[in-house]
Amino acid sequence: MALTKADMAEHLFEELGLNKREAKDIVEMFFEEIRAALERGEQVKLSGFGNFDLREKKERPGRNPKTGEEIPITARRVVTFRPGQKLKSRVEAYAGTER
Amino acid sequence: MTKSELIDNLAAQQAHLDLAHRDVEEVVRTLLERMSVALAAGERIEIRGFGSFSLHYRPPRLGRNPKTGESVALAGKYVPHFKPGKALRNRVNRAFKTPPHPSAD
Repeated sequence: MALTKADMAEHLFEELGLNKREAKDIVEMFFEEIRAALERGEQVKLSGFGNFDLREKKERPGRNPKTGEEIPITARRVVTFRPGQKLKSRVEAYAGTER
Repeated sequence: MTKSELIDNLAAQQAHLDLAHRDVEEVVRTLLERMSVALAAGERIEIRGFGSFSLHYRPPRLGRNPKTGESVALAGKYVPHFKPGKALRNRVNRAFKTPPHPSAD
């Protein structure tokens, strides 16, 4: 079971007493604000959690996996996430049964 | 954009919700904490249009103490991993390929 926006809104309702409409809106706005910053080309630094960085990739040769045809993968900008030290140490200890 | 700028931006935009700046601060703290708790419990996070967070396993390995050169056994561990969703990938890349132009639109 994965955590979703609906779960996060429910959590705001339970923890902070926001009404369900407000909770749903603010969760949506939270992710939209991060997307918009990245779209503007801005790195997003959330201390204690991690950084969303932007990396620019050069064009490189690629292949259509179905046809085997060679097609270049065009230059692009991609988002990467670097977890912060605090999140890393909280996760490290997780002793899951599955890999 | 830092966490406090994110809070300021959200506070400025949510006038219709009538939340105080302090409430928005609490919201951001609570959301990030909930996400951290999920990952620390090995739970995935799936946000459509944004991306998903999951854990990747790093097997045990022999490391080296950079000062003494001594090898040390490092246990296997999990690390958080983020995979951007389609909408995020497209928006970031489209903005990159077609930088905003004053005469556009």
